[in-house]
Amino acid sequence: MYAYDEIDRAFLSERVSEFRDQVARRLSGELTEDEFKSLRLMNGVYLQLHAYMFRVAIPYGTLSSAQLRRLAAVARKYDRGYGHFTTRQNIQYNWIKLAELPDAMEELAEVGIHAIQTSGNCVRNITADQWSGVTPGEVDDPRIWAEVLRQYTTLHPEFSFLPRKFKIAITASDHDRAAIKIHDIGLKLKRNDEGRLGFEVLVGGGLGRTPFIGKTVNAFVPARDIVSYVEAVLRVYNQCGRRDNIYKARIKILVHELGAEAFARDVEAEWAQIRDSALVVDDDMVADIRSRFSYPDYQELPETPGELVRETDPHFRTWLHNSVAPHKEPGYAIVTLSLKPVGGAPGDATAEQMDAIADLADRYSFGEIRVGHEQNLALPNVAKRDLPALWRALDRIGVATPNVNLVSDIIACPGLDYCSLANARSIPVAQELTRRFADHDLAAMIGRLHINISGCINACGHHHVGHIGILGVEKNGEEFYQITIGGRADEGAVVGTLIGPAVRFTEVADVIEDIVEAYLALRARPDELFIDAVARLGVQPFKERVYATR
Amino acid sequence: MTSPLQQKIKITGPSIVTANRTSDGAVIYRTAQQGWSVDLAKAAVVRTADAARALLAEAVADDLGAVGAYIAPVSIADDGAPTPGNLRERIRRNGVTIDLPVCA
Repeated sequence: MYAYDEIDRAFLSERVSEFRDQVARRLSGELTEDEFKSLRLMNGVYLQLHAYMFRVAIPYGTLSSAQLRRLAAVARKYDRGYGHFTTRQNIQYNWIKLAELPDAMEELAEVGIHAIQTSGNCVRNITADQWSGVTPGEVDDPRIWAEVLRQYTTLHPEFSFLPRKFKIAITASDHDRAAIKIHDIGLKLKRNDEGRLGFEVLVGGGLGRTPFIGKTVNAFVPARDIVSYVEAVLRVYNQCGRRDNIYKARIKILVHELGAEAFARDVEAEWAQIRDSALVVDDDMVADIRSRFSYPDYQELPETPGELVRETDPHFRTWLHNSVAPHKEPGYAIVTLSLKPVGGAPGDATAEQMDAIADLADRYSFGEIRVGHEQNLALPNVAKRDLPALWRALDRIGVATPNVNLVSDIIACPGLDYCSLANARSIPVAQELTRRFADHDLAAMIGRLHINISGCINACGHHHVGHIGILGVEKNGEEFYQITIGGRADEGAVVGTLIGPAVRFTEVADVIEDIVEAYLALRARPDELFIDAVARLGVQPFKERVYATR
Repeated sequence: MTSPLQQKIKITGPSIVTANRTSDGAVIYRTAQQGWSVDLAKAAVVRTADAARALLAEAVADDLGAVGAYIAPVSIADDGAPTPGNLRERIRRNGVTIDLPVCA
C-alpha cells in the first residue's frame, strides 16, 4: 500500500475543487461541450450510450480495504450499486450523473483515489503485475517503480498532449501477468550480470486496429536512469509521432514505420542529452517512495498447516488447486477472487461484494486487495491456515468460482450494452460461454484457455491476444463476430490468427465449442495446452472443424 | 472535429434526432416542440435530408441541454409510433440487454 502525504492529499483536493468549478460552469452554460469535453476526459469522464461513465484509476492494481469500501460506497450512492473492473486496473461506473461527479470524486479523494489521466492523450494509469511484491522470484517490487513513473508523468506538461494515449506496464516476474508486450512501453525489472537493478524496455506494443507486439529497444536500462529513458522515449514519440491520423498516432505505428532499431537510435540520441540530468532517480527518492509502501508483518507459519490438511471438501480442494498461488513467504498464499461467475458480466462486482471483500481483506490479507488486468481481484497475503475459512466466506458472496485461467475466466469489454464505440455486444457472448462451460470437470479437462472478447476494433477486451479471440463487428446492422486463435498476452505474446469469416451472434458459442472439441480431439496428450496445440497444428484443423458444416 | 452540421446528411427512411442529456447523460429525443423528451414516442420524425438537417441544427444549438446530437433511423410501428431502427438505438432506448449485477 502506498501512503499519500499532505502534498498528495492537498493536490487531490484542489483537483476536485477545480473540476467542481468546471462542472458548475458547464451546467450553467458558461462552458460549451466542446470546451468542457477535454476537461472531463482528463478526469476520466466519458459519455457512453446511456449515461456518463466514470473511470477511476487503481494504480498498479493495489487497493486498501478502506479504498475498496469507498469504491463500494460510491457505487451505491452515485451509481447503480456495482462497478466494472477493467483490463487496465481501473474501475468504471456506468451510470454516474455529471452534477454529482464532483461529490463522488471528493469522496474518493478522501481515501487517495482519483481519476486523473484515466483518459486523454497522456500517460494513462501505470499498471503492474497484480502479484507485485508477494510472488516468489521478483528482483524488486514493480510498484515502487510504477509509483516513481506515476509521479513523474502525472500532469507533466510536456506529456499532457501526446499524439495519442500512452500506456505503461511493469513486471518483475518471468511469467508476465501484466501483459507488458502489448503496452506502449513495457518494463521488465531485472538484474544484470553485475547484479545491478534495471529494466528491459520494450516499446511499441499495442492492440486496436493495428496490433503489434512490443519490441525490446534497450535490454538493460539501469534503474537510476529509467525516468530519463522513459522521457527520451516520450520525447521521440512527441516529436515524431503522427498527429494527422488518429488511427496512426500511437507509438506502435512510429516504431513500426521507423523500425525498432532506428527508433532505438533516436531514443539513445535523446537520452544522451538528458541522462545525467536532474532526471536521475536518486536513492533517497526511491527510498522515500519505498518507505511509503507498507508491507505486512509476516509471521513464521507452517507451509502445510493442519487446517489445510483437514479440509477435505472436494469443492474446497478444487478451488485451492485453481485459485490459490504460491507466496514469497512460507505459510502464506495469494488468492484470486473470480469475478467471472457463471452467467455474470466479466469484471463486475456489486457494492455488497466489494464491502464483503474489504472485510475479508482486513481479516485475512492485512487489509490489502489487488486488481488484475484479467478483471479478477486478489487477496495477496493470506495465511494458508485461513484458506478454508476464507473459501467459505468468498463462496457466500459469489467470488469463489474455481475457474481462474480456465475457459470461463473470460476477459470482455463492456461492448455495445454500454459503450458508444462498440459495434457489437460482448457481455452476452461471455455469459453464454460461461454457461456452456459451467461444468468444472470439463473446464479442468480443457485446461488453461483464455477467451478474450472485444465489441469493436479498439480491442479493450484484448481479443488479439486471447488464446481464442472474439471481435464483434457490424454487418448491415447485424452483429457478427470474427474469431482468432493462437494469441497470447504473456511473455510469449503473439497476435492470434483469424480462422475465417465472421459468424452471427447466435453462432458464437457453438463455434467456440467446436474449436474446443477440435482441440480435445487433436491435442498430443492431456497436458498439451490449447495454446501449444494451436502453435503446433496451426489454424487449419480448427478452421476446417468450424466451417465444415457452416 | 467535424461538426455534425458540416457532415453530409443522408437518410434512407424515417429518422429522429437523439442525444444525451447534459446533466445526467440520459438518452433524449428531440421533439417537434423544440424540446427534448426521454420518450421516443414523442420524438419528431423527419423523412427528408433537409428536414433532418434542420432538426439537427436546432438540437445542436441547445448545447446546454444536450450533448452529442445525431440523426438516427427509426421504423414506424402500425400505431404510428417510432421504434428504434438499429440495435444500438434499441439498446439506448431499452437499456442493456443483460441483467444488472445484484447482490450475491
